[in-house]
Amino acid sequence: MPEKFVVGYDGSPAGRRALDFAVSNAKAQGAGLVIAHVLEWSPYSFLTKEEVEERHVRRKEELQRAEKHVISPVREKLDATGLEIETVIRYGHSAEMLLSIAKDAGATQIIVGRDGNGGLAARMFGSTAGSLVQITTLPCTIVP
Amino acid sequence: MTTRFLAVLAAFLLCAVPASAQDGGGGLDATINQIFADYTSWYVALIFADLPGTNFSWIALWLVVAALIFTGYFGFIQVKGFLHSIRLVKGDYSDPNDAGEVSHFQALATALSGTVGLGNIAGVAVAVGIGGPGATFWMIIAGLFGMATKFTECTLGVKYRNEYPDGTVSGGPMYYMTKGFKERGLPAGPIMAVLFCIFTILGALGGGNMFQANQAHAQLAGVLGDYPGWITGVALAVVTFAVIAGGLKSIARVTEKIVPFMGVFYVIVSIIILIVNYDEILWAFGQIFQGAFTGLGVAGGFTGALIQGFRRAAFSNEAGIGSAAIAHSAVRTKEPVTEGYVALLEPFIDTVVICTMTALVIVITGVLNVDPETGLYVWNAEAGRISTEGEVQGVELTSAAYARVLPWFPALLAIAVVLFAFSTMLSWSYYGLKAWTYIFGEGKVKELIFKTIFCLFIIIGAAASLGPVIDFSDAMLFSMAVVNVIALYFLMPIVRGELDDYVRRLRSGEIKKFS
Repeated sequence: MPEKFVVGYDGSPAGRRALDFAVSNAKAQGAGLVIAHVLEWSPYSFLTKEEVEERHVRRKEELQRAEKHVISPVREKLDATGLEIETVIRYGHSAEMLLSIAKDAGATQIIVGRDGNGGLAARMFGSTAGSLVQITTLPCTIVP
Repeated sequence: MTTRFLAVLAAFLLCAVPASAQDGGGGLDATINQIFADYTSWYVALIFADLPGTNFSWIALWLVVAALIFTGYFGFIQVKGFLHSIRLVKGDYSDPNDAGEVSHFQALATALSGTVGLGNIAGVAVAVGIGGPGATFWMIIAGLFGMATKFTECTLGVKYRNEYPDGTVSGGPMYYMTKGFKERGLPAGPIMAVLFCIFTILGALGGGNMFQANQAHAQLAGVLGDYPGWITGVALAVVTFAVIAGGLKSIARVTEKIVPFMGVFYVIVSIIILIVNYDEILWAFGQIFQGAFTGLGVAGGFTGALIQGFRRAAFSNEAGIGSAAIAHSAVRTKEPVTEGYVALLEPFIDTVVICTMTALVIVITGVLNVDPETGLYVWNAEAGRISTEGEVQGVELTSAAYARVLPWFPALLAIAVVLFAFSTMLSWSYYGLKAWTYIFGEGKVKELIFKTIFCLFIIIGAAASLGPVIDFSDAMLFSMAVVNVIALYFLMPIVRGELDDYVRRLRSGEIKKFS
């Protein structure tokens, strides 16, 4: 069975570095690639009444925007490489969702970027790469 | 456009207020108060009229009978379905592929932020002040049975909502009255819907607005020293107008995020006070049970405690009023019954947990004056309530009780009260607007008219004294309940059908658990 890598991609420079790394590795090893875009979402946050009312429409818009501006351009760009590519857009906690996508896809490795900001915010809230390292049950590559 | 209206409103307020305030200190407050009482007292008397030959108001009986009927009809759904409700809120039955939609937890939190508020802090103090500790017992009973009422109305709210092509939804009693009645071939649905909307608009202006502004001012004046009510009113009105009409959504969002923490903090502080006085908890419960059936020297005796308890419970958890049905109907869910299950937790959290905390603290800290000889509460006949330290009532009484143990608490409570009041106002402006647009149709100008009226009533509420405001607020909320409960009686077989079908699929495993 060919190997499969899950790469977290959000359109940021760090995401792009992770994707480039994943693509070159996938080519070298003949592996498939799952490009996962996670929209940060907690079911335990608090919403106003208007936000509740508009949520369904917003969700649709967010998914369309993600597809159009994040996922489609990448898919087009990678079409020429001949790699076997799947794309996923999900809502949830980035690190947990990446792991769950990887498990569902039967992936052998997760690849994520790191933006290198070691600031106060990262210290307090953690980063996707940081939390992924904590919870992952699969080999995980962090691309700086 | 909106900024212009904001400017006009501000200008109007600045011109109008000092001009009439010149006739002397508190002149405007007294005038507003008098006019207000003159125009509303007849209706208040009608709603709270006693049953012939008794001193038991028919409206309290109305809500209790409704809650008992729903409880029986759905086979004690609040007991049988309690654990399932909690599992739903935890997300055990949420499909991960639906992530990004409003979760059950968020639906509950949003609806709670509209009900948890001054009813829990000030309303309870009013109930205990007039009805004695025994009012707490009846409040808890009303809360427990009210869970079934809330289950019924919220299930219907989701089932009969309107979904529009743009993906937004509108729902609530006015929609189940029209669509549900039509489906069952019953007449009068549209008339009831309009009637309900009129009461909702007035209820939004009363309990959802004036009462809140009034108590926010009372608490601020208690901490900062006395000053005219219209100042608080104008300040609150301007901020509220900026949010609901001026699109300052960030303020609403911040409020919505702080309020739940305030609620949790309030409960924690209450528990701490109870722990400090742990040796008196049993005694306090004794007072509550004894007072529930004897009155402990309170003028109204047993019925006084009962009526106060029921009134404040309804006012606090809004079961049967119909407001929660509006809030819950906006949530996307495949099963209307699940929204009912989630909603039945509201009276529990609101009344059985939070209101009871306030009541216990008031009783335990001894701010209610007791006659040392008879052991009964001292009745202040002039004010029509139990004599208290400093003769305070409402939110000030709660504040005094907490201050006995934590002297710094009144300042914090002032912040909490203003925030709670503000968040309840935002919720009710939403309910009121839904009712308003149901009658008058949607449109920027029409909506702005309602929002402006809403903000003007904040000023009136802050300036008027508690008595007339609280009576009018109650009267309007209970009017909503009259119409809503009639509709619920006619539509409860539909809820029953939904519930039976849901339970069957839950048992057969057709409805899957995801975690």
